[in-house]
Amino acid sequence: MIYTPSLLAVSVFAIFVAITLALSFYFAARTRSAQSYFAAGGNIPWFVNGVAFAGDYLSAASFLGICGMIASYGYDGFLYSIGYLAGWIVALLVIAEPLKRLGKYTFADALDSRFQSRAIKLSAGVSTLAVSLFYLIPQMVGAGALVKPLLGFPHWVGVSMVGAVVMLIVVTAGMVSTTYVQFLKGSLLVVFSALLTLMILQRGLTTKPDNPGFHPPRVTVEVDESSLGSITAADLGLEGTEILPPEGAWKDRPYLRTCDGATGLVSVWRQTPTTEGRVVFYETQTLTKTKDGRELVNGLPHGLGPGETDFYPVGNINRLPGSETETGPLGPIEFFSTLEESELMLWSKDPKVVATDDETTTIFYPQLTAGSDVLLPGKSPTFQGIRGDRLASKLNFISLMLALFGGTASLPHILIRYYTVKDQAAARKSTVVGIATIGFFYLLTLFMGLGAMTSGVIDVTSANNNMAAPLLAKSMGELLFAMISAIAFTTVLGTVSGLIVAASGAVVHDLLTSVLRLRLTDHEKVRAGKWTAVVVGFMAIGLGIVFEQMNVSFLVGWAFSVAASANLPSLVMLLFWKGTTKQGITAGILVGMFSSLAWILLSGDTYKDVYGWPAESALVPFSQPGIVTIPLGFLALVVVSLLTRSKAPAVVS
Amino acid sequence: MVGLDHHGAEGETDHDDVRNAGRNARYGLVLFCFYLVLYAAFVLASAFRPEWMAERPWAGVNLAIWYGFGLIGFALALALAYSWLCRGRVES
Repeated sequence: MIYTPSLLAVSVFAIFVAITLALSFYFAARTRSAQSYFAAGGNIPWFVNGVAFAGDYLSAASFLGICGMIASYGYDGFLYSIGYLAGWIVALLVIAEPLKRLGKYTFADALDSRFQSRAIKLSAGVSTLAVSLFYLIPQMVGAGALVKPLLGFPHWVGVSMVGAVVMLIVVTAGMVSTTYVQFLKGSLLVVFSALLTLMILQRGLTTKPDNPGFHPPRVTVEVDESSLGSITAADLGLEGTEILPPEGAWKDRPYLRTCDGATGLVSVWRQTPTTEGRVVFYETQTLTKTKDGRELVNGLPHGLGPGETDFYPVGNINRLPGSETETGPLGPIEFFSTLEESELMLWSKDPKVVATDDETTTIFYPQLTAGSDVLLPGKSPTFQGIRGDRLASKLNFISLMLALFGGTASLPHILIRYYTVKDQAAARKSTVVGIATIGFFYLLTLFMGLGAMTSGVIDVTSANNNMAAPLLAKSMGELLFAMISAIAFTTVLGTVSGLIVAASGAVVHDLLTSVLRLRLTDHEKVRAGKWTAVVVGFMAIGLGIVFEQMNVSFLVGWAFSVAASANLPSLVMLLFWKGTTKQGITAGILVGMFSSLAWILLSGDTYKDVYGWPAESALVPFSQPGIVTIPLGFLALVVVSLLTRSKAPAVVS
Repeated sequence: MVGLDHHGAEGETDHDDVRNAGRNARYGLVLFCFYLVLYAAFVLASAFRPEWMAERPWAGVNLAIWYGFGLIGFALALALAYSWLCRGRVES
C-alpha cells in the first residue's frame, strides 16, 4: 500500500524527537564521570527505573511486532507476550539482587566478582556485544517500518534517522538521558495503548468497519463444484463479464479470471469451498510485475493518480453471532467470547506466483476463518507445527518459549539497569514496577492486535504487518495515529539507546580496561564509550537495512536465544553452584554463544529468509536453538568447572 | 502496591547483609519454582495437547486466553508477594 504522509503526524513526531533531544542535552550537563555515563551514578529513583525497565523492554518488537503478529495470525503473537513477561520472573526472583550486589557497571562485573579473570571479561564482553547487535536489528527494522508511512521516506532513510538521533542521545549524556527517555516512552506507550484498547472496546465489533478505502471482497453466487467445467459468468452472477480460459500458468490453479466487458479489466477470483460439493469465488487482489518493469495492482497501474489504483485495506468480521452487524460497546471478556463465535475474513498471500513469459502475478486472497481458530495457538507459520504430529515442530515451539523465559534475565541492556539504582532493595522494587507496567501492556497487545485484525486496516502486501497497531490507531483518528506512531518511534529510540549504552559499556569497561588493561582516566573512558556508541550506531543502521523484510518479533526471538544460551548458564551457576570455576564460566559463555549463533545460521528460517535457499535443506532440524544450546551452555560450564577445579575449596562470596 | 509499601526498614547497608541476601534468594527460588511449573504446563499443553486450549471453561472464553492472562497476572502477584516477603531485615 502507498502511504501519504500527514502533516499532523510529522509535527507530533518532530515534537517527540525534540523533547527527547532536549532531555539529553539537559542531562548532558550532569554527566561527568564514567559511573555517571555508564550507570547514571546509581542515583535513579526505583520507580523511575521500574518504568524505564518497561521503556527499555517494550521495544519495537513488543509493540509493532507482537501487535502485527496477532493482527495476522491471532493468539500466536500473544505467546511472545506471555514468554517475554515470564522472563521477568526469572529476572526478579533469581538474578536481580545478586547481580546488583556483585557488580558495578556491566554484568561481566558480576560474573567476574569472584575470579578477576581476563578471559571472563573478554567472553562476557563479546557476548554482550553479540546480543546487543542481534537485538538492535529488529529495533532498526521497526524504525524503518514506522517512518515509511509516517513521513513517506524509504526504509533506509528511517533506519538512518533513528541511528543518527540515537547516537546523538547516547553521545550527549549516556545512561541518565537514556533512562529518562525510556521512562517517558514507557509511560506514554502504556497510557496510549490503554486508551487505544478502551476505544476498541467502546467501538465493539462490526461486520462493516468504516475505515476509509476498506470494503469486503466481492463474491460470486454459490455453484456446484461439478459444474465448473461448463460454467458461465452469468451462472456466477457476474453479468457483463467474460470468463477467460485457464491457460498456461493459470491452468490447474484454484483461480478464475474474468474480463469486464466495459473496462477490459481482468479480475482474479479464488475458488473457495463452502458446503459439501459447493463453491464460491472471492475476488482477490493482485500485484503484477511486467517484464518492462511496470507494476499493476488489480490490473491498473500502481499509484494514487488518475487511472491508477492501490491495494485496499482488509481484515474484517464476516459474520457476528446471531447475524448481527455490530455489537456496540463490549467488555473485555465479551470481546473474546464474541470473537469466539464469529467468522472472520482474513487474507493470505499465495506463496506460488503465477509466472508467464511476460509477467509474474502475486495473488492475495481472502479466507473465511472461524474466530475460535485465531484465539488458539498454532495458526502462524512459526507455530503451526504444534497442531501437527511432527516432534521437531513441537520442540521448535518449546525451544522458543524456553529462550523467552530465560532470555530476559540475560539481556545485557536490561541487566545494566540494575546498576542505575542505589541498592538491592531498589533493584527489587524497580523490577516489581517493571513487571506491573510491562504485564499490563502485554495484556493490551491481544486487544490491539485483534482490534487491528478486524477493523479493515490490514495491508495485504506487508509480509510482517509491523504497522498494524499504528494503522488501527489511524482508523480511530489522525491525532491518535500521530501520537501512537510518535510513541512507537520514541520506543525505538529508547530501546536502541539502551542497547548502545550496554554495548559501549562492554567495550570500554570489559574489553579496553579489563582485558587490554589500558589505563584510562575517567574522562577517557567516557570518550571511548562515546566513540563506541558511534561505531555500534553505524553497524545497527547497516543491519537494519539488510534485514528489512523480517518480522521483528521473530528476530527478537533469536536475540533472546543467543542471550539465554550465552549468559544464563554462567549467571545461574555462579549464584547457585560453589564448584563454578573461571574456566567453566568462560566455556559456558563461549559454547552457549557460538552454538546458538551457529544453530541460527544453519536453520531453515535463515536459509529461507536470509539466504533465499530452500528451508528443507537446512542442517538443523528446527529453527529455535534454545532447547539445545541453553543446556549445552550449562553442560560446558559444569564439565569444564569439574575439570579445572583446584583442590583448595572455592571461595564463595 | 501492597508489597512495595513495606520497604522502610531497608537501607543503604542492605548490600552488605549476606543473611538478608540468603533469605531473599530462598524466597525467590521457591516462588520461581511455582511459576516455572505453571509456565512449563502451559508450554507443554500447548505443544502436546492443543485441544485442551480450545476448551471454554468460563464465560465463553477459551483456556488459552484464560491461561495466558493468568500467567501474566500471576507474575505480578508473585512479584508483589516476593516484595512483601523481603520487607524488613533478618534479626540476628
